[in-house]
Amino acid sequence: MINYLFNPAHWSGADGIPTLIGEHLLYSLIALAVAAIIAVPLGIYIGVTGKGVFMIAGLANALRALPSVGLLILLVLLISPAFPSKMGYILPSLIVLVLLAVPPILTNTYAGVRAVDAAAVDAAKGMGFRTMKILTDIQLPCSLPLMLSGVRSALLQIISTATIAAYISLGGLGRLLIDGKAQNDYSQMVAGAVLVALLALFFDQLLAFITRRVVSPGLTRRTVKAAAPTAATDTVKTPVAA
Amino acid sequence: MNFEWLGRQSDNIVFLLGWHVLLAVTPLILGLLIALPLGWWAHRSRRIYPLLVGVAGLLYTVPSLALFVLLPLVLGTKILDPLNIVAALTIYTVALLVRVVADALDSVPEDTVQAAKAMGYRGYQSLVKVELPVGVPVISAGLRVAAVSNVSLVSVAALLGIPQLGSLFTQGFQLRFFTPIIAGIILCVVLAMILDGLIILLNRWLTPWTPKVVAS
Repeated sequence: MINYLFNPAHWSGADGIPTLIGEHLLYSLIALAVAAIIAVPLGIYIGVTGKGVFMIAGLANALRALPSVGLLILLVLLISPAFPSKMGYILPSLIVLVLLAVPPILTNTYAGVRAVDAAAVDAAKGMGFRTMKILTDIQLPCSLPLMLSGVRSALLQIISTATIAAYISLGGLGRLLIDGKAQNDYSQMVAGAVLVALLALFFDQLLAFITRRVVSPGLTRRTVKAAAPTAATDTVKTPVAA
Repeated sequence: MNFEWLGRQSDNIVFLLGWHVLLAVTPLILGLLIALPLGWWAHRSRRIYPLLVGVAGLLYTVPSLALFVLLPLVLGTKILDPLNIVAALTIYTVALLVRVVADALDSVPEDTVQAAKAMGYRGYQSLVKVELPVGVPVISAGLRVAAVSNVSLVSVAALLGIPQLGSLFTQGFQLRFFTPIIAGIILCVVLAMILDGLIILLNRWLTPWTPKVVAS
């Protein structure tokens, strides 16, 4: 593993480690952005209006039970004949990544909006805030911690599943694992595994840092204590089912 | 769907299903057994809680395929050894459940604990006969999440060539053949739902005092 990582030949060229990391990040961030664009507004809408709550629990559970490998391979076989060249496997991979990232963001955004102190909303209403202003100034900032924790689990899920997508010839760090397996090169597989794990850890910590920076300090000081006893039932961390 | 193929392959599919159940359920039981004392420890000590939950969170971030590949280095096993999968999923289950168990014990009302004490229950008696049973609904909610995600995670091991239902996916991919893939997905989802249902039933059986309407 050490030899593999410190061999300069593995750090340049079209299948060098920097290229693989770049590809992995590109696919992951595109999928995360698309998932957030779908899930955040929908979660806010459901949280504020209370419409479609039944969708939330069912969707999250059903998607968790779907095996991502099976889904990935099924979509590749369905979609790839319709697209020439690389799009045939990039598109299904992105669809699966988005599909897996939507539920954690959606459920956490919904839960975040729901968990906003009703007294705070009432107070804002009493002060003459309009609905939109209540949303942007009260409900959204207050639901930010939960929303971001949803984004965090979604990104982990994506990074993990993007690794698996190497099997259906997507680029990224998963290549080292899958090609290493094909070539019986265990050191290459371990190098890939270490890099993927480091990438996931780095982005997890980065998002934790961002969460600390953007969430209002007044909010965290209060919720740290108040949220502890009830946290168990509704914020069971979404597992990386990949 | 090619049902004739399914009929011919039924022996093999049952074999794969058996392995899948074994690889998904063993880590669930092992993980719960390890998480109970750790969770109790985190519940007792405010200093240990953030430490254990932090380490659990870090372990959780490691992608499954990476963990399957790295564990042989730690365990000294072969890459194709199913033990790697059991160990990896046990790690995920423990990582998920440590916090759940600690929070479950935290959720037991103080009045209940004091009532138990007043009735003469000693520390461990109160834990086993009062606090754990009261915490069962929270623990089983966490266990359901772990069970369902374990079933899905086991299929990733097919990429390394370890036989279970995921092998139907790789087989279908190599043959460009939909039948095994669809059969595999359906069996995985049904298996996840059965495990989920069993835990719900177990929860109801262990907590006869709760109202019969159980959410979700």
